[in-house]
Amino acid sequence: MEAQQGTLRVKTGLAEMLKGGVIMDVTTPEQAKIAERAGACAVMALERVPADIRAAGGVARMADPTIIKAIMGAVTIPVMAKARIGHFVEAQVLEALGADYIDESEVLTPADDKYHINKHSFKVPFVCGARNLGEALRRLAEGAAMIRTKGEPGTGNVVEAVRHMRQMNEDIRRVSAASDEELVAIAKDLGAPVELVAEVRRLGRLPVVNFAAGGIATPADAALMMQLGCDGVFVGSGIFKSGNPEARARAIVRAVTHYNDPKILAEISENLGEAMPGVEISTITQPGRMQERGW
Amino acid sequence: MVGMAEAWNEAPLRIGVVAMQGAFREHARAIRTLGAEAVEVRRPEQMEGLDGLILPGGESTAIGQLIQEFGLDPALRRFAEEGRPVYGTCAGMILLAKDVAGSQQYRLGLMDMRAQRNAFGRQRESFETGLAVPALGEEPFPAVFIRAPYIESVQSPCEALAVYGDKIVMAREGRFLATAFHPELTDDLRVHRYFLDMVRQAKEERDLAKGRAGVL
Repeated sequence: MEAQQGTLRVKTGLAEMLKGGVIMDVTTPEQAKIAERAGACAVMALERVPADIRAAGGVARMADPTIIKAIMGAVTIPVMAKARIGHFVEAQVLEALGADYIDESEVLTPADDKYHINKHSFKVPFVCGARNLGEALRRLAEGAAMIRTKGEPGTGNVVEAVRHMRQMNEDIRRVSAASDEELVAIAKDLGAPVELVAEVRRLGRLPVVNFAAGGIATPADAALMMQLGCDGVFVGSGIFKSGNPEARARAIVRAVTHYNDPKILAEISENLGEAMPGVEISTITQPGRMQERGW
Repeated sequence: MVGMAEAWNEAPLRIGVVAMQGAFREHARAIRTLGAEAVEVRRPEQMEGLDGLILPGGESTAIGQLIQEFGLDPALRRFAEEGRPVYGTCAGMILLAKDVAGSQQYRLGLMDMRAQRNAFGRQRESFETGLAVPALGEEPFPAVFIRAPYIESVQSPCEALAVYGDKIVMAREGRFLATAFHPELTDDLRVHRYFLDMVRQAKEERDLAKGRAGVL
């Protein structure tokens, strides 16, 4: 029988394999190796981590292919890379390079102020950010195979990640309890296709894997997000902007496995050195709020 | 005595699913659908009283590290030595292989086979296909391969159960079973049923041996 590539099952399947794991932002092959040795289930190849993107300002774009290729050559775990929202040519480039997953990400400067990428037309799977169920389902309708709650990237402050995860849970509970006649009104409310809303009601959860992202800086942060119900975590600046990236990376991986075991969490939280410096969300003025990018 | 033996046999099989990282939830769901009990295993003491064990797909480097660090390695080896069945998918298959081409990474090495990691390429080369698996009957199995490994070669008594092109993608050696693909991502439960049959048989043999030793 013919082999079929790029099917939804194959795209969502890789996300299923990443569950219970940590995806780490890396900018060099050396960092990628540290992440792999620490037990990361995948790495995100970037030119700069979100905290540095935030500090640098200006327009943030897809990383130089040299960096992505070097990182792909350095590790055997999956390598993800970011394309700008709506920038389908950056996505084509990343697919041609062989990236295993594309993150259509609000961390980069959006390239389209109205539309996201039509992700159905790619063989490579996409992960997209969302702050609530409506946003998540719109991304799925466009062909995303994995969701991550957005949080506020590059802040080392978990409050927005928590807010978005709680919102997602609240939305899902509302859908789960809805009657048939309420479903259309809820779909209109959420701005999401009614078929996907019905699917969420049937499953009682998102139809794809959902990771937490944006502000996770400690093992306890990671375990908090897991206890709130996410399937795994992305850690961006939290590792390589901390005092001891190797130890922190290992601890966060272990915290995601043993997220329900406070005794183990206590042991692995010891002696990790300085966490990344955090940012209070209210001090970030509007254009700096990456979570508001995406439509 | 007969009544007791029946009650013993009717107790649902208890299958552990190693839950360090990866698709452990889907295996647990498949096992429960088939009427057995599924237990997530993160620490050695959670392996108490299990009849069989599944090593799920995920990242073999990550899962291997966590197995070693949290004391599961000796527990898993003892479990296998006691003749309890183990089934590994994808990353789990790599952990079961005696040999992994070009890699010194941690493994249990319970099956006499040589695995090749990420052997079909990167994610864009991942695929699904209808796979002929004679041991499961005539109907092709919906096999999903995700950045999958394959088995380069097997040494007797390890035997190939399915081949895709010229690549071995399913193998069995006594009480150990391995697939390069992911039955837990489909609704076809035949591989899990096949494994549960292995577990049931092993349990009956253990009970019989215990009976002979006068424990019953």
